[in-house]
Amino acid sequence: MIWFTRRLRRLAPQLIALAIILGLISLMAPGFLTISVQNGRLYGSLIDILLRAAPVALLTVGMTLVIATRGIDLSIGAVIAICGAVAATLITDGYPLPVVIAVSLGVGIVCGLWNGVLVAVLDIQPIIATLILMVAGRGIAQLITEGVILTFNDDTFAALGSGSMAGIPIPIYLWVGTALIIGLLMRRTALGFLIEATGINRRAASLAGVRARFLLFSAYAISGLCAAIAGMIVTADIRGADANNAGLWLELDAILAVVVGGTSLNGGRFSITASLIGALIIQSINTGILVSGFPPEFNLIIKAGIIIVVLTLQSPAIMTVFGFIKASRRSDKLNHGTKEATR
Amino acid sequence: MSGQHALLEARSIGKSFFGIPALDEVDFTLQAGEIHALLGENGAGKSTLIKILTGVYRRDRGTISLEGSEIYPDTVGEAQALGIGTVYQEVNLLENLTVAENLFLGRQPRRLGMIDRRAMRNRSKALLERYGLHIDVDALLSSYSVAIRQIIAIARAVDLSGKVLVLDEPTASLDANEVKGLFTVLRQLREDGVGIVIITHFLDQVYEIADRVTVLRNGRLVGSRAISELPRLDLISMMLGRELQHITRDHQAEPETIDDRGAPSIQFQNYGKKGSVAPFDLDIRPGEVVGIAGLLGSGRSETAFLLFGIDRADSGTATIDGEQVSITSPEAAIANRFGFCPEERKTDGIVGDLSVADNIALALQARRGWMRPISSSAKRELADSFIKSLDIRPADRERPIKFLSGGNQQKAILARWLATDPRLLILDEPTRGIDIGAHAEILKMIERLCSQGMSLVVISSELEELTAVAHRVIVLSDRRHVAELSGHQLTTDGIIRAIAGTGETEAA
Repeated sequence: MIWFTRRLRRLAPQLIALAIILGLISLMAPGFLTISVQNGRLYGSLIDILLRAAPVALLTVGMTLVIATRGIDLSIGAVIAICGAVAATLITDGYPLPVVIAVSLGVGIVCGLWNGVLVAVLDIQPIIATLILMVAGRGIAQLITEGVILTFNDDTFAALGSGSMAGIPIPIYLWVGTALIIGLLMRRTALGFLIEATGINRRAASLAGVRARFLLFSAYAISGLCAAIAGMIVTADIRGADANNAGLWLELDAILAVVVGGTSLNGGRFSITASLIGALIIQSINTGILVSGFPPEFNLIIKAGIIIVVLTLQSPAIMTVFGFIKASRRSDKLNHGTKEATR
Repeated sequence: MSGQHALLEARSIGKSFFGIPALDEVDFTLQAGEIHALLGENGAGKSTLIKILTGVYRRDRGTISLEGSEIYPDTVGEAQALGIGTVYQEVNLLENLTVAENLFLGRQPRRLGMIDRRAMRNRSKALLERYGLHIDVDALLSSYSVAIRQIIAIARAVDLSGKVLVLDEPTASLDANEVKGLFTVLRQLREDGVGIVIITHFLDQVYEIADRVTVLRNGRLVGSRAISELPRLDLISMMLGRELQHITRDHQAEPETIDDRGAPSIQFQNYGKKGSVAPFDLDIRPGEVVGIAGLLGSGRSETAFLLFGIDRADSGTATIDGEQVSITSPEAAIANRFGFCPEERKTDGIVGDLSVADNIALALQARRGWMRPISSSAKRELADSFIKSLDIRPADRERPIKFLSGGNQQKAILARWLATDPRLLILDEPTRGIDIGAHAEILKMIERLCSQGMSLVVISSELEELTAVAHRVIVLSDRRHVAELSGHQLTTDGIIRAIAGTGETEAA
């Protein structure tokens, strides 16, 4: 029970922000909250948010771990393009689905390990290290697709992006399932604990025998793996691999989601759940602006405005002010002479 | 002009950080044309004093006067303008600018609103020639060695300020020749009437260059003497805080149990690393406390780093129970059931944002590997049992460790290692910066642990502490193990003599 309330308190700011945003949108666009069943599949804006959030949510899972190690992974948008290109190429070459999936996932892990080498072994700053693959990755994807948008027509693979099962779109299963598995991996083993220790104080952790390098490697590898899954969903959804645009700027949305989720960019304590709520907040804003009927040219500005509000409310400065107001209310009656004393 | 006044005079300086006093009633007097060494162990308050004199910190109490008039430097810039210039250990110049730009940064000569490069170049050349430096002032600073950068920094500081020059560990990264060059420059400045304050831990250099020394210990003034009247032995006892002939525990009364404890279980032979510690032999028996003594920079912590595999030895062998082992990383050391409480608790010890319970479980969890997690109930039990047995306060295992006091943090780090059931525990300055109560408890704990058969290596600059807990003390000087004291030789007096190099022959 204590555990539950503590967890709820950790997630409260994100949950409240999400509820407020959903509430605002439903005021602007009546019917936003309705969910209907057509042809045995659920439809509605809420389902759409969960569906469209899939790529960012997947990236967010990996990004949370990388940020917890006090790193950052800018390359995952490009990894989406690479893995999408790999999957599309293999599909058009007629490889069976399991091979396509396995190879794509493998490529994503290799991309993550590459970042791991740069960060953990060569000690390059993560922002620079992953920038390399961010820039080079789209080039690699273009080489794989030979410079064209590689389309395919394979219904089983396309189902990864647009199919549904028991009324729920498959991408939702994929991101929720991935998040669950990785979340359990982190908290049921000691990985999460050791990653947090490494992110907070790598030297102290190493001196206590923690294998910091291995943990950095695993965080970046998981990030690459998540990007690979996202890459397959994006590719399957449009039935084609677009090396230039697949996953473009999504890494920034993922960073934003982690930050909105309250995990510090200084590394340390992390919550995958909170990050995922952050991702849902971002996707709700995207979808909400569309269904509210604003002219699309306002989209990015409105999104930025809402995010400024959310982040301002979470900022240390505001927190201090809140804490100060609380504390001063409590102590007002007690000491009137504080001004003299604290001078 | 200032005949009757000292150049710089600080009286009764006090400074606290968060209620913990860092300096208490410290006096410091610097004459013009004097080279004054400021000495003390880590945490003695040297750098706090320097920072107060140079405007980095504001003093809480006391007065500072320069040439007889009181000053209140609030920023480094103000202190500079008053005449007090500083050159820090990490030379505070910009590598990506030229030498001339560095010398005149912020005060470039101008002509028609533009920087007058020619004037800057000529003035830079003239300035550096006074220091015997004939170099291309248009080259980037990064193209010159640390020694030359240091002289450039000194030239800038003297040109800016001109009355007082403060040097923080100026010789730490210089070789013997470069030190000679630096000292020539300092002597010339002394001739010119500049007052020079130098912080260093090389006593040879103090005797070579300084006119006067002031020694601080634990934030208090120990004394200020002319170097010509101060034998080395007295200086060391001032720094380490023991008068000679001071009576300490009688080790003769102790049974000669050391040999009864049987054969050494852990042996390091010819173990060393170039540039860190000269090769040494060290045998440790079960249940034995081996002390390591020496001045700051003598290789104390470096010895610990070698034993624990943080630095890799490049010579010698390590043997445990007759079997040769290779300790090339902390993981390897831990696998051999070693533990290490580092001196720098904040940066090397605690994981600040994690709870006390997590901090205690960390080393054990790391050894078990990530696939075998310690269950949260086992973690709770582990934490609670150590919180109880070591009396860690507040007794709240969920509190982030960064909110605990230094002494309680140290106990939690000790608990982290005790949880791994080590055979050898290395403690580097286990009682530094912690309050008296915790201090005594930690010493008691050391005795209890070794009576249970654990071996300990204790590094400390508190000689009384070492003579109280250690069965044997290894003395280091100049990065070499110079003596080993045990039995009746094991006194603070004996340690000081060994450090000074006078009692070595009889002690060894």
